[in-house]
Amino acid sequence: MEQRLFRMTVPTPLSAFARRRPLPPTRGLPGPAAAARWRPGLADGVLHGEVFAASREGSGAALALALALDRLHAARPDPAADRPDERRWLWVQDDAALRLTGRPYRPGLPAQLRHRLVHVAAGKPEDALFALEEGLRCRDLAFVIGEIAGNPRALDFTASRRLSLASEKHGVPLWLVRIDARRDLGSARMRWDVRAAPSMPPRWNAQAPGAPAWQAELFRARAHPPGQWLLDLAEGRLALRDGAADAGGDARLA
Amino acid sequence: MPPPAPPPPPRRILSIWLAQLAIDRWRLAQAVRAGEGADAAPLVLIAETAHGPRITAANRAGYDAGAAPGMMLADARAICPALATAPADPAGDLALLESLALWAQRWGPWSALDPPDGLVVDVTGVAHLHGGERGLLDDAARRLAARGLAARLAIGPTAGAAWALAHYGENGAIMQADGSLDHLPVAALRLDPATLLVLRRLGLKRIGDLAGVARDALARRFRNVRTPGANPLIRLDQLRGRVPEPLLPVVAVDLPLVQRRLLEPIRHRALLDRVVADLCGDLARLLESRALGARRLELGLWKVDGEVLVRTLELAAASRDPAHIARLFAHRLDNVDAGFGIELARLRAPWTEPVALSQRDLDAAAEAHGTSLSACIDRLTARLGPQAVRRPVPRASHIPERAQGWVEPLEPQAPGQEALPLHARPLKLLDRPEPIAVLYASPDGLPRRFRWRGEVHEIARAEGPERIAPEWWRERGTTRLRDYYRIEDGQGRRYWIYRAGLPDDGRGGVPEWFLQGLCG
Repeated sequence: MEQRLFRMTVPTPLSAFARRRPLPPTRGLPGPAAAARWRPGLADGVLHGEVFAASREGSGAALALALALDRLHAARPDPAADRPDERRWLWVQDDAALRLTGRPYRPGLPAQLRHRLVHVAAGKPEDALFALEEGLRCRDLAFVIGEIAGNPRALDFTASRRLSLASEKHGVPLWLVRIDARRDLGSARMRWDVRAAPSMPPRWNAQAPGAPAWQAELFRARAHPPGQWLLDLAEGRLALRDGAADAGGDARLA
Repeated sequence: MPPPAPPPPPRRILSIWLAQLAIDRWRLAQAVRAGEGADAAPLVLIAETAHGPRITAANRAGYDAGAAPGMMLADARAICPALATAPADPAGDLALLESLALWAQRWGPWSALDPPDGLVVDVTGVAHLHGGERGLLDDAARRLAARGLAARLAIGPTAGAAWALAHYGENGAIMQADGSLDHLPVAALRLDPATLLVLRRLGLKRIGDLAGVARDALARRFRNVRTPGANPLIRLDQLRGRVPEPLLPVVAVDLPLVQRRLLEPIRHRALLDRVVADLCGDLARLLESRALGARRLELGLWKVDGEVLVRTLELAAASRDPAHIARLFAHRLDNVDAGFGIELARLRAPWTEPVALSQRDLDAAAEAHGTSLSACIDRLTARLGPQAVRRPVPRASHIPERAQGWVEPLEPQAPGQEALPLHARPLKLLDRPEPIAVLYASPDGLPRRFRWRGEVHEIARAEGPERIAPEWWRERGTTRLRDYYRIEDGQGRRYWIYRAGLPDDGRGGVPEWFLQGLCG
């Protein structure tokens, strides 16, 4: 009896928790898709992506646009389509994002997207989320890009999950740019962190800035292992920087 | 001052009198030529009346034998015992006349029935398509003869004149607007037999005789008669085109009809219900496309053994709800004997009424199929305001922030020249250019290091300047020009900056630097 009492009162040492082996990192869904490394032009059916970027640079929106275009190109070869894709696309910004990173500028947009943009200047993050969800439920949109600054209370896991479900139900891709945000909980199927990278010198003027280039880190993905890539926008298409080969090229960068 | 509109062309009306319509139709049904086979013997068409069979039409041999329309059959039999009879079919004659009225629209855009055996076609301004009015009459006579119909034709300036000429003038007469019909008998005025009797007793036999009587005398004589057929004055005015004579045009209507041919004859009720539900769905779509609702429905079921079952349904109010119609038919199908099976089902709506298109539940449809672009824009604008949802359009300006305008998202883009792709432009433009503090400038004026939003950037590569002069036609003379540079800093961040003014332009002090755009 005494022994039992003694056993019950002994506190569990904290070190027991500390010594517990850490959980293996999440490697996405099991199966053949899990092993496939992400690469540009891969039509993997991911519809909801997040891009984390700083407000001091335009990389977040630019990479989101490049990824959306990449997806459009990958899904494009449709022999029955004799007309070019002329669906509109939606760009939703909340006030903070608009103030910090500016408004889309039509002459600077990719030529095939310029005339199809519908811009929504939503005031509060709640309105931006509403606009995003309405856009995802519209069957006539090619894709939706959202820009929300910081970690607003409205954009919690539930809101993120709503966006994922709407996107997957109606097949409209969503790229949500998170400006100056912590990596909070989210249900996006691919989560990127992007920084600007020095561009390749242009051919005719080595002193000029070149085509956009980014250092992109895929830190959470459902169908791909995480990794880092040095991406270039070569002639409007997303491409890997030549030096970094597809296999293992990220190891040097990491 | 615009020239006065030319007067409308005088109306031209073609009247067709199918004098032997009933007999011609009987002959066509018997497939015999005129005067041959069954038509060679005396024959009359009879209608049953309260006093016994009465003759309504007779063929040529019948006329020769002494029979005439209006006689009692017994009287005609007394004259000609060998008289053959066939039942008259006024409804069938009228149906033929209706189809002929539609067919007669080949000569003019508008035709009307003139029962029991006439047609009226408006040929105003279309005669030249047939080689003139004479050519039109020849064409009509030839085609009617080819169909085995005896016809008398005339063209006149009014329906009354054309009718009078077709019935009492010479065949194929053409009357101009200034022609006279005075020589025709008063019966050409389309009057009732009683009125004709009155006129005959008055000694007025021809239309010209009426002109000899003072107009107010005629008006007084027929002052209590409002019916045109009983008032020769009204008929006379109609004949001369002094009062309008409205005619009801014939318009072709195709009944909504859907049918299903079944691969395998069905014998079971459950399958039949399925087929009927499908038919109702098809019909609902068809009715919806025409904005109609059905008041009466006929379901025909063709059985393998040749029998046709027909179920008719009438609705209290026009409807095109497929579930509702199918449910109503389900009650009527309880006593159907499928026999060896039903191989064809057909549903048609002989009586329809306009039912405006109505909106279904938008939310449910949007949940299932997604919203359309316009609906999406509507929802966004309703919550965020019209200023929040817009799209950029190019504008004719050199100043970057002015080269882009914002319009309603679905407004079509005004035609204009797209900017030439000579210069690279940033992906995003700040609403208000933000001043940057130049910490160190190279000798050519370009900053090497600057501070923006509290952080220092080292410029690694730059392109420029691209000089954009102020738009003097729009801005004040003290506005400074801008020298734009595209720059990239040491970490690869790309911006679009400009210097406002030149040091020695005399429009202010030391030029300031601004950051206006963020490149991708």
